[in-house]
Amino acid sequence: MLRDITIGQHFPGDSALHNMDPRAKLVLTLVYIIMLFVASNPIGLGISIVLVFGLYLLAKIPLRLIGKSLKPIIPIILFTAVLNVFFVTGESEPLVSLGFLHIYREGIDYAVLIVVRIICIIAGTSLLTYTTSPIVLTAAIEQLLRPLSKLKFPVHELAMMMTIALRFIPLLIEETDKIMNAQKARGAQLDSGTLMQRVKALIPVLIPLFISAFRRADELAMAMECRCYHGGEGRTRLKELRMSGKDVWLTVAAVVVFVAMGMSNFLWK
Amino acid sequence: MSEFVRVEHLSYIYGQGMPDETIALDDVSFSIEEGQFVGIMGATGCGKSTLITHFNGLNRPTKGHIYIGGEDLWADPGDIRRFRFLVGLVFQYPEYQLFEETVYKDIAYGPRNMGLSEAEIDQRVRRAAEFCGLSDASLQKSPFELSGGQKRRVAIAGVLAMEPKLLVLDEPAAGLDPEGRDTILGQIKAWHKETGSTTILVSHSMEDIAKYADRVLVLNSGKVAMYDETAKVFARAPELLELGLSVPEVTKVFLQLRQWGLDIPVDVYTVPYAVKTILAAKEGM
Ligand SMILES: Nc1ncnc2c1ncn2[C@@H]1O[C@H](COP(=O)(O)OP(=O)(O)OP(=O)(O)O)[C@@H](O)[C@H]1O
Ligand SMILES: [Mg+2]
Repeated sequence: MLRDITIGQHFPGDSALHNMDPRAKLVLTLVYIIMLFVASNPIGLGISIVLVFGLYLLAKIPLRLIGKSLKPIIPIILFTAVLNVFFVTGESEPLVSLGFLHIYREGIDYAVLIVVRIICIIAGTSLLTYTTSPIVLTAAIEQLLRPLSKLKFPVHELAMMMTIALRFIPLLIEETDKIMNAQKARGAQLDSGTLMQRVKALIPVLIPLFISAFRRADELAMAMECRCYHGGEGRTRLKELRMSGKDVWLTVAAVVVFVAMGMSNFLWK
Repeated sequence: MSEFVRVEHLSYIYGQGMPDETIALDDVSFSIEEGQFVGIMGATGCGKSTLITHFNGLNRPTKGHIYIGGEDLWADPGDIRRFRFLVGLVFQYPEYQLFEETVYKDIAYGPRNMGLSEAEIDQRVRRAAEFCGLSDASLQKSPFELSGGQKRRVAIAGVLAMEPKLLVLDEPAAGLDPEGRDTILGQIKAWHKETGSTTILVSHSMEDIAKYADRVLVLNSGKVAMYDETAKVFARAPELLELGLSVPEVTKVFLQLRQWGLDIPVDVYTVPYAVKTILAAKEGM
Protein backbone atom coordinates (compact mmCIF):
# COMPACT_ATOMS: atom_id res chain seq x y z
CA MET A 1 0.00 0.00 0.00
CA LEU A 2 2.79 2.42 0.89
CA ARG A 3 4.55 1.19 -2.19
CA ASP A 4 1.74 2.54 -4.33
CA ILE A 5 3.09 6.05 -3.83
CA THR A 6 4.52 7.00 -7.20
CA ILE A 7 5.38 10.64 -6.50
CA GLY A 8 9.11 11.16 -6.87
CA GLN A 9 9.65 7.73 -8.40
CA HIS A 10 11.97 7.20 -11.31
CA PHE A 11 11.43 4.81 -14.20
CA PRO A 12 14.65 4.36 -16.15
CA GLY A 13 14.29 4.36 -19.89
CA ASP A 14 15.99 5.37 -23.10
CA SER A 15 13.63 7.86 -24.70
CA ALA A 16 14.54 11.35 -25.93
CA LEU A 17 12.94 12.67 -22.78
CA HIS A 18 14.97 10.40 -20.51
CA ASN A 19 18.19 11.49 -22.15
CA MET A 20 17.35 15.19 -22.26
CA ASP A 21 19.48 17.62 -20.31
CA PRO A 22 17.98 17.74 -16.80
CA ARG A 23 18.50 21.51 -16.48
CA ALA A 24 16.40 22.09 -19.58
CA LYS A 25 13.78 19.64 -18.33
CA LEU A 26 13.61 21.32 -14.95
CA VAL A 27 13.32 24.85 -16.30
CA LEU A 28 10.80 23.82 -18.95
CA THR A 29 8.68 22.11 -16.31
CA LEU A 30 8.65 25.28 -14.24
CA VAL A 31 7.72 27.35 -17.29
CA TYR A 32 4.99 24.84 -18.09
CA ILE A 33 3.47 25.33 -14.65
CA ILE A 34 3.57 29.10 -15.05
CA MET A 35 1.98 28.83 -18.49
CA LEU A 36 -0.81 26.72 -17.03
CA PHE A 37 -1.78 29.74 -14.98
CA VAL A 38 -1.29 32.18 -17.81
CA ALA A 39 -3.41 30.25 -20.30
CA SER A 40 -6.86 30.36 -18.75
CA ASN A 41 -8.94 29.48 -21.77
CA PRO A 42 -10.10 26.24 -23.42
CA ILE A 43 -7.59 26.42 -26.28
CA GLY A 44 -4.62 26.94 -23.97
CA LEU A 45 -5.72 24.17 -21.62
CA GLY A 46 -6.36 21.91 -24.59
CA ILE A 47 -2.79 22.46 -25.76
CA SER A 48 -1.38 21.82 -22.30
CA ILE A 49 -3.29 18.54 -21.97
CA VAL A 50 -2.19 17.37 -25.42
CA LEU A 51 1.40 18.37 -24.60
CA VAL A 52 1.57 16.40 -21.36
CA PHE A 53 -0.07 13.29 -22.79
CA GLY A 54 2.13 13.48 -25.88
CA LEU A 55 5.24 13.64 -23.74
CA TYR A 56 4.11 10.60 -21.72
CA LEU A 57 3.79 8.70 -25.00
CA LEU A 58 7.20 9.98 -26.14
CA ALA A 59 8.78 8.81 -22.85
CA LYS A 60 6.95 5.47 -23.10
CA ILE A 61 5.55 5.90 -19.59
CA PRO A 62 2.13 4.22 -19.25
CA LEU A 63 -0.64 6.82 -19.04
CA ARG A 64 -2.12 4.71 -16.24
CA LEU A 65 0.58 6.16 -13.99
CA ILE A 66 -1.01 9.60 -14.24
CA GLY A 67 -4.09 8.12 -12.62
CA LYS A 68 -1.95 6.49 -9.99
CA SER A 69 -0.13 9.65 -9.03
CA LEU A 70 -3.42 11.55 -8.94
CA LYS A 71 -5.10 9.03 -6.66
CA PRO A 72 -3.90 10.48 -3.33
CA ILE A 73 -5.12 13.97 -4.20
CA ILE A 74 -8.50 13.06 -5.69
CA PRO A 75 -10.25 14.35 -2.51
CA ILE A 76 -8.50 17.71 -2.86
CA ILE A 77 -9.43 17.94 -6.54
CA LEU A 78 -13.08 17.10 -5.84
CA PHE A 79 -13.19 19.53 -2.93
CA THR A 80 -11.87 22.49 -4.93
CA ALA A 81 -14.11 21.61 -7.88
CA VAL A 82 -17.24 21.50 -5.71
CA LEU A 83 -16.24 24.69 -3.93
CA ASN A 84 -15.85 26.50 -7.23
CA VAL A 85 -19.07 25.19 -8.72
CA PHE A 86 -21.13 26.43 -5.80
CA PHE A 87 -19.38 29.57 -4.69
CA VAL A 88 -18.20 31.35 -7.80
CA THR A 89 -20.82 33.86 -8.85
CA GLY A 90 -21.27 35.32 -12.30
CA GLU A 91 -23.05 38.22 -13.96
CA SER A 92 -25.56 36.18 -15.94
CA GLU A 93 -28.54 34.34 -14.50
CA PRO A 94 -27.66 31.21 -12.47
CA LEU A 95 -28.01 27.97 -14.42
CA VAL A 96 -29.47 26.08 -11.48
CA SER A 97 -30.73 27.29 -8.14
CA LEU A 98 -31.05 24.90 -5.21
CA GLY A 99 -32.39 26.95 -2.31
CA PHE A 100 -29.57 29.25 -1.29
CA LEU A 101 -27.07 27.58 -3.65
CA HIS A 102 -26.75 28.99 -7.12
CA ILE A 103 -24.69 27.44 -9.86
CA TYR A 104 -23.40 29.85 -12.44
CA ARG A 105 -21.77 29.15 -15.78
CA GLU A 106 -18.65 30.89 -14.55
CA GLY A 107 -18.52 28.53 -11.56
CA ILE A 108 -18.49 25.48 -13.81
CA ASP A 109 -15.90 27.06 -16.09
CA TYR A 110 -13.73 27.86 -13.13
CA ALA A 111 -14.06 24.37 -11.65
CA VAL A 112 -13.01 22.76 -14.93
CA LEU A 113 -10.10 25.17 -15.20
CA ILE A 114 -8.82 24.38 -11.72
CA VAL A 115 -9.21 20.60 -12.14
CA VAL A 116 -7.36 20.61 -15.46
CA ARG A 117 -4.60 22.76 -13.94
CA ILE A 118 -4.10 20.48 -10.96
CA ILE A 119 -4.07 17.37 -13.15
CA CYS A 120 -1.58 18.93 -15.56
CA ILE A 121 0.70 20.15 -12.76
CA ILE A 122 0.80 16.71 -11.16
CA ALA A 123 1.19 14.92 -14.48
CA GLY A 124 3.91 17.33 -15.63
CA THR A 125 6.00 17.28 -12.47
CA SER A 126 5.59 13.50 -12.16
CA LEU A 127 6.86 13.16 -15.70
CA LEU A 128 9.96 15.09 -14.68
CA THR A 129 10.78 12.68 -11.84
CA TYR A 130 9.67 9.60 -13.81
CA THR A 131 12.21 10.37 -16.51
CA THR A 132 15.02 11.88 -14.42
CA SER A 133 16.92 10.08 -11.70
CA PRO A 134 17.10 11.98 -8.40
CA ILE A 135 20.88 12.24 -8.61
CA VAL A 136 20.78 13.85 -12.03
CA LEU A 137 17.97 16.12 -10.95
CA THR A 138 19.84 17.49 -7.96
CA ALA A 139 22.95 17.90 -10.10
CA ALA A 140 20.83 20.07 -12.38
CA ILE A 141 19.51 22.10 -9.44
CA GLU A 142 23.04 22.57 -8.18
CA GLN A 143 24.20 23.88 -11.54
CA LEU A 144 21.23 26.17 -11.96
CA LEU A 145 21.75 27.65 -8.50
CA ARG A 146 25.51 27.94 -8.85
CA PRO A 147 25.46 31.73 -9.40
CA LEU A 148 24.06 32.04 -5.87
CA SER A 149 27.25 30.61 -4.40
CA LYS A 150 28.89 33.96 -5.22
CA LEU A 151 26.61 35.34 -2.50
CA LYS A 152 27.98 32.71 -0.06
CA PHE A 153 24.85 30.63 -0.45
CA PRO A 154 25.74 26.95 0.31
CA VAL A 155 24.56 25.57 -3.03
CA HIS A 156 26.56 22.36 -2.97
CA GLU A 157 25.53 21.52 0.58
CA LEU A 158 21.90 22.14 -0.27
CA ALA A 159 22.12 19.90 -3.31
CA MET A 160 23.85 17.17 -1.30
CA MET A 161 21.14 17.34 1.33
CA MET A 162 18.50 17.04 -1.37
CA THR A 163 20.25 14.07 -2.95
CA ILE A 164 20.41 12.29 0.37
CA ALA A 165 16.81 13.12 1.24
CA LEU A 166 15.61 11.88 -2.14
CA ARG A 167 17.64 8.71 -1.77
CA PHE A 168 16.27 8.10 1.71
CA ILE A 169 12.60 8.43 0.79
CA PRO A 170 12.29 5.07 -0.98
CA LEU A 171 14.48 3.45 1.65
CA LEU A 172 12.32 4.73 4.46
CA ILE A 173 9.16 3.71 2.66
CA GLU A 174 10.55 0.21 2.25
CA GLU A 175 11.62 0.13 5.87
CA THR A 176 8.22 1.36 7.08
CA ASP A 177 6.55 -1.31 5.01
CA LYS A 178 8.75 -4.00 6.52
CA ILE A 179 8.23 -2.87 10.11
CA MET A 180 4.50 -2.49 9.60
CA ASN A 181 4.36 -6.03 8.27
CA ALA A 182 6.34 -7.34 11.22
CA GLN A 183 4.04 -5.65 13.73
CA LYS A 184 0.94 -6.69 11.82
CA ALA A 185 2.23 -10.25 11.99
CA ARG A 186 2.09 -9.81 15.77
CA GLY A 187 -1.51 -8.66 15.55
CA ALA A 188 -1.09 -4.88 15.38
CA GLN A 189 -4.21 -3.13 14.11
CA LEU A 190 -2.98 -0.20 12.13
CA ASP A 191 -5.97 0.69 10.03
CA SER A 192 -8.99 0.54 12.30
CA GLY A 193 -10.17 1.96 15.61
CA THR A 194 -10.58 5.50 16.89
CA LEU A 195 -8.04 8.20 16.11
CA MET A 196 -6.45 7.82 19.55
CA GLN A 197 -6.12 4.06 19.12
CA ARG A 198 -4.59 4.48 15.70
CA VAL A 199 -2.01 6.96 16.91
CA LYS A 200 -1.12 4.59 19.74
CA ALA A 201 -0.91 1.66 17.32
CA LEU A 202 1.68 3.60 15.32
CA ILE A 203 4.19 3.69 18.18
CA PRO A 204 5.46 0.15 17.47
CA VAL A 205 6.12 1.28 13.90
CA LEU A 206 7.59 4.71 14.58
CA ILE A 207 10.13 3.74 17.22
CA PRO A 208 11.93 1.09 15.12
CA LEU A 209 11.66 3.40 12.11
CA PHE A 210 13.40 6.29 13.90
CA ILE A 211 16.05 4.01 15.26
CA SER A 212 16.80 2.63 11.83
CA ALA A 213 16.77 6.09 10.22
CA PHE A 214 19.33 7.34 12.74
CA ARG A 215 21.42 4.23 12.26
CA ARG A 216 21.39 4.67 8.50
CA ALA A 217 22.27 8.36 8.75
CA ASP A 218 25.13 7.49 11.04
CA GLU A 219 26.44 4.80 8.70
CA LEU A 220 26.14 7.12 5.73
CA ALA A 221 28.05 9.89 7.49
CA MET A 222 30.76 7.41 8.37
CA ALA A 223 30.95 6.08 4.81
CA MET A 224 31.20 9.60 3.43
CA GLU A 225 33.95 10.50 5.83
CA CYS A 226 35.85 7.33 4.95
CA ARG A 227 35.87 8.54 1.35
CA CYS A 228 37.21 11.92 2.41
CA TYR A 229 34.09 13.88 1.58
CA HIS A 230 34.75 17.52 2.44
CA GLY A 231 32.04 19.57 0.78
CA GLY A 232 31.82 21.16 -2.62
CA GLU A 233 35.07 23.05 -2.91
CA GLY A 234 37.18 21.85 -5.82
CA ARG A 235 34.83 18.98 -6.48
CA THR A 236 34.47 17.72 -10.05
CA ARG A 237 31.81 15.56 -11.64
CA LEU A 238 32.09 12.24 -13.40
CA LYS A 239 29.40 13.29 -15.85
CA GLU A 240 29.33 16.94 -16.83
CA LEU A 241 25.94 18.12 -18.00
CA ARG A 242 25.90 19.16 -21.66
CA MET A 243 23.11 20.33 -23.93
CA SER A 244 23.10 18.21 -27.08
CA GLY A 245 21.67 19.25 -30.42
CA LYS A 246 18.60 17.17 -29.73
CA ASP A 247 18.07 18.96 -26.41
CA VAL A 248 18.17 22.30 -28.17
CA TRP A 249 15.51 21.18 -30.65
CA LEU A 250 13.29 19.79 -27.91
CA THR A 251 13.65 23.04 -25.96
CA VAL A 252 12.79 25.14 -28.99
CA ALA A 253 9.75 22.96 -29.67
CA ALA A 254 8.63 23.32 -26.05
CA VAL A 255 9.05 27.09 -26.16
CA VAL A 256 6.96 27.25 -29.33
CA VAL A 257 4.17 25.31 -27.60
CA PHE A 258 4.42 27.56 -24.55
CA VAL A 259 4.13 30.66 -26.73
CA ALA A 260 1.06 29.12 -28.36
CA MET A 261 -0.41 28.56 -24.89
CA GLY A 262 0.23 32.21 -24.04
CA MET A 263 -1.13 33.51 -27.34
CA SER A 264 -4.33 31.52 -26.92
CA ASN A 265 -5.46 34.16 -24.43
CA PHE A 266 -5.74 36.68 -27.24
CA LEU A 267 -7.57 34.27 -29.53
CA TRP A 268 -10.21 33.42 -26.97
CA LYS A 269 -12.34 36.08 -25.40
CA MET B 1 -1.87 -36.85 9.72
CA SER B 2 -4.03 -34.28 8.04
CA GLU B 3 -3.18 -31.52 5.66
CA PHE B 4 -2.71 -28.15 7.36
CA VAL B 5 -1.47 -25.78 4.67
CA ARG B 6 -2.46 -25.87 1.05
CA VAL B 7 -1.22 -23.44 -1.58
CA GLU B 8 -3.00 -23.58 -4.92
CA HIS B 9 -1.74 -21.95 -8.11
CA LEU B 10 -0.38 -18.99 -6.18
CA SER B 11 1.03 -16.14 -8.24
CA TYR B 12 2.25 -12.81 -6.97
CA ILE B 13 3.38 -9.80 -8.97
CA TYR B 14 5.04 -6.75 -7.43
CA GLY B 15 3.96 -3.41 -8.91
CA GLN B 16 1.48 -4.93 -11.32
CA GLY B 17 0.95 -2.78 -14.38
CA MET B 18 3.97 -0.59 -13.63
CA PRO B 19 6.95 -0.41 -15.95
CA ASP B 20 9.01 -2.25 -13.32
CA GLU B 21 6.66 -5.10 -12.44
CA THR B 22 8.30 -8.26 -11.11
CA ILE B 23 6.72 -11.70 -11.14
CA ALA B 24 7.86 -12.91 -7.72
CA LEU B 25 5.78 -16.10 -7.59
CA ASP B 26 4.50 -18.01 -10.56
CA ASP B 27 1.84 -20.70 -10.18
CA VAL B 28 3.10 -22.20 -6.92
CA SER B 29 1.20 -25.21 -5.56
CA PHE B 30 2.05 -27.50 -2.65
CA SER B 31 0.67 -28.68 0.66
CA ILE B 32 2.03 -29.32 4.15
CA GLU B 33 0.83 -31.94 6.61
CA GLU B 34 0.04 -30.95 10.17
CA GLY B 35 3.08 -31.10 12.46
CA GLN B 36 5.64 -31.28 9.66
CA PHE B 37 8.91 -29.37 9.57
CA VAL B 38 9.41 -28.02 6.07
CA GLY B 39 12.54 -26.29 4.79
CA ILE B 40 12.38 -23.76 1.96
CA MET B 41 15.49 -23.02 -0.03
CA GLY B 42 16.36 -21.25 -3.24
CA ALA B 43 18.79 -18.72 -4.62
CA THR B 44 18.61 -15.06 -3.59
CA GLY B 45 15.56 -13.32 -5.03
CA CYS B 46 13.70 -16.51 -5.95
CA GLY B 47 10.63 -15.48 -3.94
CA LYS B 48 11.02 -17.19 -0.56
CA SER B 49 10.23 -14.14 1.54
CA THR B 50 7.38 -13.22 -0.77
CA LEU B 51 5.92 -16.71 -0.42
CA ILE B 52 5.96 -16.76 3.37
CA THR B 53 4.30 -13.35 3.74
CA HIS B 54 1.31 -14.97 2.08
CA PHE B 55 0.74 -17.44 4.89
CA ASN B 56 -0.70 -14.88 7.30
CA GLY B 57 -2.25 -12.63 4.70
CA LEU B 58 0.27 -9.79 4.65
CA ASN B 59 0.42 -10.15 0.90
CA ARG B 60 -2.69 -10.90 -1.04
CA PRO B 61 -2.20 -13.36 -3.90
CA THR B 62 -2.45 -11.84 -7.35
CA LYS B 63 -3.85 -15.21 -8.38
CA GLY B 64 -4.56 -18.45 -6.55
CA HIS B 65 -5.61 -19.53 -3.07
CA ILE B 66 -4.13 -20.41 0.29
CA TYR B 67 -5.84 -22.64 2.79
CA ILE B 68 -4.78 -22.85 6.43
CA GLY B 69 -6.46 -25.60 8.40
CA GLY B 70 -8.87 -26.06 5.50
CA GLU B 71 -10.01 -22.42 5.50
CA ASP B 72 -9.47 -20.08 2.58
CA LEU B 73 -7.40 -17.17 3.89
CA TRP B 74 -9.11 -14.60 1.70
CA ALA B 75 -12.68 -15.92 1.90
CA ASP B 76 -13.47 -12.91 4.11
CA PRO B 77 -10.80 -10.20 3.86
CA GLY B 78 -12.25 -8.44 6.90
CA ASP B 79 -11.41 -11.44 9.03
CA ILE B 80 -7.76 -11.74 8.04
CA ARG B 81 -6.44 -10.75 11.47
CA ARG B 82 -7.56 -14.13 12.84
CA PHE B 83 -4.89 -15.80 10.72
CA ARG B 84 -2.21 -13.49 12.10
CA PHE B 85 -2.61 -15.33 15.40
CA LEU B 86 -2.86 -18.76 13.81
CA VAL B 87 0.30 -18.24 11.78
CA GLY B 88 3.39 -16.82 13.47
CA LEU B 89 5.84 -15.13 11.14
CA VAL B 90 9.44 -14.35 12.06
CA PHE B 91 10.90 -12.03 9.43
CA GLN B 92 14.41 -11.80 8.09
CA TYR B 93 16.43 -9.73 10.60
CA PRO B 94 13.56 -9.49 13.08
CA GLU B 95 15.68 -7.62 15.65
CA TYR B 96 14.80 -4.34 13.93
CA GLN B 97 11.15 -4.59 14.94
CA LEU B 98 11.73 -4.29 18.72
CA PHE B 99 10.25 -1.15 20.26
CA GLU B 100 9.20 -1.64 23.89
CA GLU B 101 10.94 -0.40 27.02
CA THR B 102 11.65 -3.86 28.31
CA VAL B 103 12.21 -7.25 26.76
CA TYR B 104 9.24 -8.59 28.72
CA LYS B 105 6.85 -5.99 27.29
CA ASP B 106 8.12 -6.58 23.78
CA ILE B 107 7.52 -10.32 23.96
CA ALA B 108 4.09 -9.62 25.47
CA TYR B 109 3.07 -7.38 22.55
CA GLY B 110 1.72 -10.23 20.40
CA PRO B 111 -0.16 -12.07 23.17
CA ARG B 112 -1.60 -8.75 24.38
CA ASN B 113 -2.94 -8.05 20.88
CA MET B 114 -4.62 -11.45 21.06
CA GLY B 115 -6.62 -10.18 24.04
CA LEU B 116 -5.40 -12.82 26.52
CA SER B 117 -5.60 -12.44 30.29
CA GLU B 118 -2.61 -11.00 32.19
CA ALA B 119 -1.94 -14.38 33.82
CA GLU B 120 -1.96 -16.16 30.48
CA ILE B 121 0.28 -13.47 28.94
CA ASP B 122 2.75 -13.78 31.80
CA GLN B 123 2.89 -17.54 31.48
CA ARG B 124 3.38 -17.40 27.72
CA VAL B 125 6.06 -14.73 27.88
CA ARG B 126 8.07 -16.71 30.42
CA ARG B 127 7.70 -19.94 28.48
CA ALA B 128 8.75 -18.36 25.18
CA ALA B 129 11.66 -16.52 26.83
CA GLU B 130 12.90 -19.72 28.40
CA PHE B 131 12.74 -21.53 25.08
CA CYS B 132 14.80 -18.82 23.45
CA GLY B 133 17.39 -18.91 26.20
CA LEU B 134 16.56 -15.54 27.74
CA SER B 135 17.18 -15.38 31.47
CA ASP B 136 14.68 -13.91 33.93
CA ALA B 137 17.09 -11.08 34.62
CA SER B 138 17.24 -10.03 30.98
CA LEU B 139 13.45 -9.75 30.80
CA GLN B 140 13.55 -6.41 32.59
CA LYS B 141 16.33 -4.98 30.41
CA SER B 142 15.76 -2.62 27.52
CA PRO B 143 15.92 -4.54 24.25
CA PHE B 144 18.23 -1.88 22.87
CA GLU B 145 20.95 -2.74 25.37
CA LEU B 146 21.23 -6.28 24.03
CA SER B 147 23.59 -7.63 21.40
CA GLY B 148 22.33 -8.42 17.92
CA GLY B 149 22.01 -12.13 18.62
CA GLN B 150 20.15 -11.54 21.86
CA LYS B 151 17.80 -9.12 20.14
CA ARG B 152 17.10 -11.82 17.60
CA ARG B 153 16.09 -14.19 20.39
CA VAL B 154 13.74 -11.59 21.84
CA ALA B 155 12.10 -11.10 18.45
CA ILE B 156 11.67 -14.86 17.97
CA ALA B 157 10.31 -15.23 21.50
CA GLY B 158 7.80 -12.48 20.67
CA VAL B 159 6.34 -14.68 17.95
CA LEU B 160 6.59 -17.96 19.89
CA ALA B 161 4.64 -16.35 22.76
CA MET B 162 1.64 -16.17 20.45
CA GLU B 163 1.83 -19.98 20.26
CA PRO B 164 0.93 -20.15 16.57
CA LYS B 165 -0.27 -23.37 14.98
CA LEU B 166 1.97 -22.64 12.01
CA LEU B 167 5.38 -21.15 12.72
CA VAL B 168 7.23 -19.60 9.79
CA LEU B 169 10.83 -18.41 10.11
CA ASP B 170 12.72 -16.47 7.46
CA GLU B 171 16.45 -17.11 7.93
CA PRO B 172 16.33 -16.97 11.72
CA ALA B 173 20.03 -17.79 11.94
CA ALA B 174 21.41 -15.40 9.31
CA GLY B 175 24.44 -13.51 10.51
CA LEU B 176 24.93 -15.45 13.74
CA ASP B 177 28.07 -17.28 14.83
CA PRO B 178 28.04 -21.10 14.35
CA GLU B 179 27.20 -21.76 17.97
CA GLY B 180 24.44 -19.14 17.97
CA ARG B 181 23.00 -20.73 14.84
CA ASP B 182 22.88 -24.18 16.37
CA THR B 183 21.37 -22.87 19.60
CA ILE B 184 18.59 -20.89 17.97
CA LEU B 185 17.70 -23.60 15.47
CA GLY B 186 17.90 -26.27 18.18
CA GLN B 187 15.50 -24.27 20.31
CA ILE B 188 13.11 -23.89 17.39
CA LYS B 189 13.27 -27.62 16.77
CA ALA B 190 12.61 -28.27 20.47
CA TRP B 191 9.61 -25.95 20.32
CA HIS B 192 8.38 -27.80 17.25
CA LYS B 193 8.70 -31.14 19.01
CA GLU B 194 7.03 -29.99 22.20
CA THR B 195 4.11 -28.06 20.75
CA GLY B 196 3.67 -30.10 17.59
CA SER B 197 3.26 -26.90 15.59
CA THR B 198 3.75 -27.09 11.86
CA THR B 199 7.00 -25.28 11.07
CA ILE B 200 8.45 -23.71 7.95
CA LEU B 201 12.11 -22.72 7.91
CA VAL B 202 13.62 -20.60 5.16
CA SER B 203 17.37 -20.98 5.01
CA HIS B 204 20.37 -20.60 2.76
CA SER B 205 22.27 -23.17 4.75
CA MET B 206 22.01 -26.68 3.34
CA GLU B 207 23.38 -28.08 6.58
CA ASP B 208 20.58 -26.49 8.62
CA ILE B 209 17.88 -27.69 6.25
CA ALA B 210 19.39 -31.17 6.20
CA LYS B 211 19.50 -31.28 9.97
CA TYR B 212 16.03 -30.03 10.81
CA ALA B 213 13.60 -30.42 7.92
CA ASP B 214 11.38 -33.42 7.12
CA ARG B 215 10.59 -32.10 3.69
CA VAL B 216 12.21 -29.52 1.45
CA LEU B 217 10.66 -27.08 -0.99
CA VAL B 218 13.07 -25.73 -3.58
CA LEU B 219 12.09 -22.53 -5.33
CA ASN B 220 13.63 -21.27 -8.53
CA SER B 221 12.64 -17.91 -10.05
CA GLY B 222 9.26 -17.99 -8.35
CA LYS B 223 8.43 -21.55 -9.39
CA VAL B 224 8.51 -24.79 -7.40
CA ALA B 225 11.56 -26.68 -8.63
CA MET B 226 11.33 -29.59 -6.18
CA TYR B 227 9.17 -30.56 -3.23
CA ASP B 228 10.01 -33.83 -1.59
CA GLU B 229 11.44 -35.57 1.45
CA THR B 230 14.78 -34.14 2.49
CA ALA B 231 16.76 -37.24 1.49
CA LYS B 232 15.21 -37.37 -1.96
CA VAL B 233 15.88 -33.68 -2.60
CA PHE B 234 19.54 -33.89 -1.61
CA ALA B 235 19.91 -37.03 -3.71
CA ARG B 236 19.36 -34.77 -6.74
CA ALA B 237 22.60 -32.90 -6.15
CA PRO B 238 23.47 -32.14 -9.79
CA GLU B 239 20.10 -30.44 -10.32
CA LEU B 240 20.53 -28.44 -7.14
CA LEU B 241 23.94 -27.27 -8.24
CA GLU B 242 22.43 -26.20 -11.53
CA LEU B 243 19.90 -24.04 -9.66
CA GLY B 244 22.75 -22.18 -8.00
CA LEU B 245 22.23 -24.10 -4.75
CA SER B 246 24.44 -26.56 -3.06
CA VAL B 247 24.23 -29.72 -1.02
CA PRO B 248 25.60 -30.35 2.48
CA GLU B 249 29.35 -30.91 2.61
CA VAL B 250 28.94 -34.57 3.61
CA THR B 251 26.74 -35.18 0.61
CA LYS B 252 29.46 -33.69 -1.61
CA VAL B 253 31.99 -36.08 -0.09
CA PHE B 254 29.73 -39.05 -0.69
CA LEU B 255 29.02 -37.99 -4.26
CA GLN B 256 32.74 -37.82 -4.93
CA LEU B 257 33.29 -41.23 -3.32
CA ARG B 258 30.57 -42.65 -5.55
CA GLN B 259 32.20 -41.12 -8.60
CA TRP B 260 35.34 -42.94 -7.60
CA GLY B 261 33.34 -46.15 -7.82
CA LEU B 262 32.44 -46.90 -4.22
CA ASP B 263 29.07 -48.54 -3.73
CA ILE B 264 27.43 -46.18 -1.24
CA PRO B 265 24.01 -44.52 -1.09
CA VAL B 266 23.51 -41.02 -2.57
CA ASP B 267 21.04 -39.72 -0.02
CA VAL B 268 23.52 -39.12 2.79
CA TYR B 269 22.96 -35.59 4.08
CA THR B 270 23.65 -35.58 7.82
CA VAL B 271 26.87 -36.36 9.62
CA PRO B 272 25.45 -39.05 11.97
CA TYR B 273 23.95 -40.91 9.00
CA ALA B 274 27.23 -40.54 7.13
CA VAL B 275 29.11 -42.11 10.04
CA LYS B 276 26.66 -45.00 10.12
CA THR B 277 26.99 -45.55 6.38
CA ILE B 278 30.78 -45.51 6.52
CA LEU B 279 30.82 -47.97 9.39
CA ALA B 280 28.41 -50.25 7.53
CA ALA B 281 30.57 -50.05 4.42
CA LYS B 282 33.63 -50.90 6.47
CA GLU B 283 31.90 -53.97 7.91
CA GLY B 284 31.01 -55.07 4.41
CA MET B 285 34.63 -54.87 3.21
N1 LIG C 1 8.74 -4.77 -2.36
C1 LIG C 1 9.12 -5.21 -3.54
N2 LIG C 1 8.87 -4.51 -4.66
C2 LIG C 1 9.23 -4.97 -5.85
N3 LIG C 1 9.84 -6.13 -6.06
C3 LIG C 1 10.14 -6.87 -4.99
C4 LIG C 1 9.79 -6.45 -3.67
N4 LIG C 1 10.21 -7.40 -2.79
C5 LIG C 1 10.77 -8.34 -3.54
N5 LIG C 1 10.75 -8.04 -4.85
C6 LIG C 1 11.25 -8.87 -5.95
O1 LIG C 1 10.63 -10.13 -5.88
C7 LIG C 1 11.55 -11.17 -6.07
C8 LIG C 1 11.53 -12.12 -4.90
O2 LIG C 1 11.99 -11.45 -3.74
P1 LIG C 1 12.08 -12.16 -2.32
O3 LIG C 1 12.38 -11.11 -1.32
O4 LIG C 1 10.84 -12.95 -2.10
O5 LIG C 1 13.33 -13.11 -2.51
P2 LIG C 1 14.01 -14.11 -1.48
O6 LIG C 1 13.91 -15.46 -2.09
O7 LIG C 1 13.44 -13.93 -0.13
O8 LIG C 1 15.52 -13.63 -1.51
P3 LIG C 1 16.61 -13.64 -0.31
O9 LIG C 1 17.16 -15.00 -0.26
O10 LIG C 1 17.63 -12.65 -0.77
O11 LIG C 1 15.92 -13.21 0.95
C9 LIG C 1 12.89 -10.51 -6.29
O12 LIG C 1 13.15 -10.52 -7.67
C10 LIG C 1 12.73 -9.11 -5.79
O13 LIG C 1 13.47 -8.22 -6.58
MG1 LIG D 1 14.19 -13.23 1.71
